Formats: sequence, C-alpha cells, structure tokens
Amino acid sequence: MAKKIALLQGNEACAYGALYAGCRFFAGYPITPSTEVAEVMARELPKLGGKFIQMEDEIGAMAAVIGASLTGMKTLTATSGPGFSLKQENIGYACITEVPCVIINVMRGGPSTGMPTGPSQSDVMQAKWGTHGDHPAICLVPASVQELFTETVRAFNLSEKYRTPVTVMPDEIVGHMRERIEFPEPGDLPVVNRAVPSVGPEEYLPYDTRFGDIPPLAAFGSGYRFHLTGLNKTADGFPTNKAEVVQREGERQLRKIEDNIDDIVLYEEYLLDDAEIAIVAFGSTARSARYAVNEARKAGIKAGLFRIITYWPFPDKQLAPLAARVKAIIVPEMNLGMTIHEVKRCAAGNSKVTGIFRVDGEPINPGQILDEIREAGK
Amino acid sequence: MAFDYEKYIRPGKLPHIWCPGCGHGIVMKGLIRAIDTLGLEKNSTAIVSGIGCASRLPGYLDFCTLHTTHGRGMAFATGIKFARPELQVICVGGDGDGVAIGGNHFIHACRRNIDMTYLIMNNNIYGMTGGQFSPTTPMGARASTTPYGNPDPPFDIAKLAIGAGATFVARGTAYHASQIDKLLVEAIRHKGFSVVEILDSCPTTYGRRNKFRSAVEMMNNLKESTVSIKAAENMSPEQLQGKVITGLLYKENKPEYIAEYQKIIDDAQEIYR
Repeated sequence: MAKKIALLQGNEACAYGALYAGCRFFAGYPITPSTEVAEVMARELPKLGGKFIQMEDEIGAMAAVIGASLTGMKTLTATSGPGFSLKQENIGYACITEVPCVIINVMRGGPSTGMPTGPSQSDVMQAKWGTHGDHPAICLVPASVQELFTETVRAFNLSEKYRTPVTVMPDEIVGHMRERIEFPEPGDLPVVNRAVPSVGPEEYLPYDTRFGDIPPLAAFGSGYRFHLTGLNKTADGFPTNKAEVVQREGERQLRKIEDNIDDIVLYEEYLLDDAEIAIVAFGSTARSARYAVNEARKAGIKAGLFRIITYWPFPDKQLAPLAARVKAIIVPEMNLGMTIHEVKRCAAGNSKVTGIFRVDGEPINPGQILDEIREAGK
Repeated sequence: MAFDYEKYIRPGKLPHIWCPGCGHGIVMKGLIRAIDTLGLEKNSTAIVSGIGCASRLPGYLDFCTLHTTHGRGMAFATGIKFARPELQVICVGGDGDGVAIGGNHFIHACRRNIDMTYLIMNNNIYGMTGGQFSPTTPMGARASTTPYGNPDPPFDIAKLAIGAGATFVARGTAYHASQIDKLLVEAIRHKGFSVVEILDSCPTTYGRRNKFRSAVEMMNNLKESTVSIKAAENMSPEQLQGKVITGLLYKENKPEYIAEYQKIIDDAQEIYR
C-alpha cells in the first residue's frame, strides 16, 4: 500500500510524530515560533480522546505535563527561547523525580525576547545546563520535516526508556519549513512505553535500584501509591540529606544516560571517508553545509559533513577520531560560538577547528561555508 | 472511640517537621477527618503541594502524594486531574507558595474551575526560610525582611479567590479545629474548584517578632480576630471592624472544565469517527 504523503510544516510534523508515539496530553503556552505544535495538538488530541490544555504560563505548562505523565500518559509541551528559560525550573524537577516527558523548543534568536521570528541555534547549551544542578540531558536536533516527525517519536521512546525529560530542538527554519513527508504506518517506527513495576504495591518503591539504574515508574491511580519530591531522595521517594545516598543517586541519574550513549547518539556522516576537511553542523545549517560539501567536491576539495542529530549526549566518540584524521574542522552555527567549544574539546588539539557564527536572523548559506572550506583547504 | 488518624499516616514518617505551636498539624488532622468522612480511597486520591512548611504535609499522608516546586503545586495538580479525572485531587500549601510565587497558577485555577480542592494554610509569613514577610503579612508587622515594619499591603486570599472565579470559597482557622474538616468535606464534595483558606499561626518566625508571648496567645488571637459568617450577620459595621469573616464565604455552580472538555472529546470523536 502506498504511504500517506503530505506537504507539511516542521512544527506540524512534530505534533503528528508525538501522536504517533502515543502522546495523548499536551499542555502549552502560545509562543512564536512554536505555536503550530500547540495548534495541531489542540485540533487532533480530542479526536483521539486525548487532552489539550493551554496553561496560564510556561512554568504551569511544564508542571502540567509532568503531573499528567505521572498518571501514566505520554505528554508533550512546546515552546521557544523565553519559554524554554521559564520551563527550566520544572525540567529540573522532571530530571530529579525521573518523570518522562518531551519538550519541543523551536529555537529563535535571543537572549530575552530577541528575534521571535528569526532562526537561531543558540539554546543548545541551555538544553544541557539550563536547569540548575547536575542532571541528565537528552537533546535532539532534527534537520528536516520528516526528521522532526521521526525524532519526536524517538524523543518519546528515549524519554520513556530512560525515565527522563527529552528536548527536541529544531531551529526556526526547520520548524517553519514545508516539505514533503511520508507518514510512517503504525509499526514502521518502534514505540516504547515506560517499564511498569513488576512488584506489587506493597513492595513498590519509585527509585528501587534493585531493578537497575532505571527503576520502573508506577502511575498515580493504578493501585500504587508513593511519594515524589524535588528534594534529593532515597529509594522510597522521600527526602534525604544522607551524603552517601545523595552522591549515589546523583551519579546514577547521570549514569542512566552515560551508560547508554550508543543507544541515544544518532548522527549522519556524509562523504567523510576520505575527507580532509570536515564540517560539523546540525539543523538547517547542516543543509547548507551539505550543499557546500557537494560544491567543494566538484572543485576537487575533499570535504565531508558530520551532522549532529543527537546533540546531548554529545557525539564525542565519533568526533574525537574524526578530528584525528582530518586537517580541519569547520563548525557553522547560528549563534556566536557554542558547538565549536564541544568540538574543540573532542578534537583535543588534533585538528584545527574554526567556526562560522551568525546571529543576525539570516541562515548560514552554502557560499559562506564554501568560502571557509576553500580557506581551510589552502 | 477515638478517631484513628494513624490509618492515614504513612508508617515511619512522623515526627513531622513543624515547630511546637505551629497550626499545620491541626490542619492536617482536619484534612484526615474530612477524607475519612468522605471515604476517599487512598489509591485514588492525589495530594499535591508546592514548597514551604505547609507543603510538607502530603509526605505524611498515605496517598498518592507529590511535593513539587515552589508555587507550582496547583499547576501539577491540574495536569494530574485533567489527565486522570477519576482521581480526587487535593492541593495544599502556604500563603507565600500559593499567592506570591504561585499566584498566577492560583488565580487561573480559580478561573478554570477544575474539580479540585486547594487547601491553603495562611500563617502570614515565609516560615521555612526563617520569617520573611509574605503577601499576607499585615502592614506594619515585623518580619526578617521588614525590620522596620511591613510597608507592603496584604492580599485577602478568600477575596482573591472569589474575584478570580473560584466557585467555592471558605475560610477557617487552626483554632476552630472542628470546623476545618466540615469546610473541607463541603469543599471536596463541591463540583468545581474549591478553595479553603485556614488562618494559621507561626509562633517561631512570626510570633516572636510581633509581640506574641506564646503559641497559645497566637491561637487565641485566631479566635479573637475572627467571626463566623453567621454571627457577622447580626453585627454592626463597628463591631466587625478588624474582624476576619470565617465559614463558607462563597458558592456557586458553574460549568466544570473537565466535563466541558469531555464534551469536546465526545463531539470530536463523533464527527471524526
């Protein structure tokens, strides 16, 4: 049977991806350039028996998706820059309580109100360091409408599997572009549901590490009753100040991600096998980079592209050997230099790393990248 | 036979953190009696809170309990109730949590009219952080951040709730212990958003700075400074000067949010079947 095909906007694809993944609860607050996600969810959720609520603010929206997730639902919120800042408080709460949920942050210019309708890639550090304290972070940066769909599905899967919030961050260009999309049929993409307790209510503890680093999460209203808090906690969910427990729990929460990097990290390599110059890029910038790489190849320059799809955890394992075998790495990004520091850390001095930074609300075009490739190839 | 509170207390979680003379324990017992009267099931009752002394209450109770972030209890509760309406949801907290940092969630919860209850323990101070003035601290009162007296006018929580559209608003005090459960029973039974404000006392961080010589004196003050709505009917404006009215202050029936949303679901599913 022919697949269902449509011309869809990135933000719309994101909403359909969420529904495909089994999301049946959305809480949000209007903000440009992410609002279409909320609009599609408002329209589609009731048809599926799901719930949409527009909250009083971004903080409340984040709180509501965590609360709803605790009842066993897959939940989504969508926002952009200033809203993402506001959500950080409760993102931290979801991290420490280990409640799955997905956050879409369509990146626009900043800081503050910045450039609401202009594209940006300047929230990537906030996705990891935005909320206070040490905590796990998974952040996905799709580059096409199709990928916004599939990465949103993957975000839900990772969130459910690792019991942690996951952020999907298209830049505004990816969020607002319209492209052909092929809708996956049910069963085409894996859909993961969180582990449920294998023990009875009398024995259940919300952070029972006898079941590994990712203990099953019971749902409120499912016959299990327990306590959760944003304080540092013991296995039973109650607060503790015991030094060794706090240390152990903090390390476990990071280990959930660090021990599973190969399962989480997704990337695309393009013409890198013989490359002497590598571009490391993501989102819409990676599309310009791909074009520039093709042009460079036509001119006889051995250029290639490493496209980041999972931004956090960062693809250290792939970038370190890449840096050891290329002459130069170019990092184009719509910010004033963020990813470049991560790339330099991975390169560890083994390769020259230069950046192309833009925050004027214009995309980084292929010509700019091609110029830099030519410069590096000299 | 004496009432068995322990039936509802989580084993091993007492003693509580509240200071001697604090009214929060009295309020918690009132809530337990209300739950008992209503026969609420432990597995289908969620008790949610924000941050602060009062917000520690859910941890002591043997229900589905959630201690959230400062001021956000109401928003978490909204998510829980909307996602799973069959749960009975009760949110608790203090005055700073509820009407300062959580003020926006509070007024919108009142407006939205989801069938939940908000129990707010108003002791006019930020107790947990050591006694800073709150949005319900009276003008002129001393707090650690108003060492020369409070220049900042207070909220009347009940009026705020009524103004914001809450469909059930009641006020009691920690002194009038036997009234607390009665107000809560009515509030929880009410189909819509209900607010129960309990005037409370913090001898440790408020009383010491404001010439209350003991916790008992503070409790007596709750008695002397309040008058029931029934008694108030027969009192002159002069007699009511400086008195706070207690009892059921406001009640109306309005469409409940989740019931309204269910109609949207039913219609959408009918049309798009």
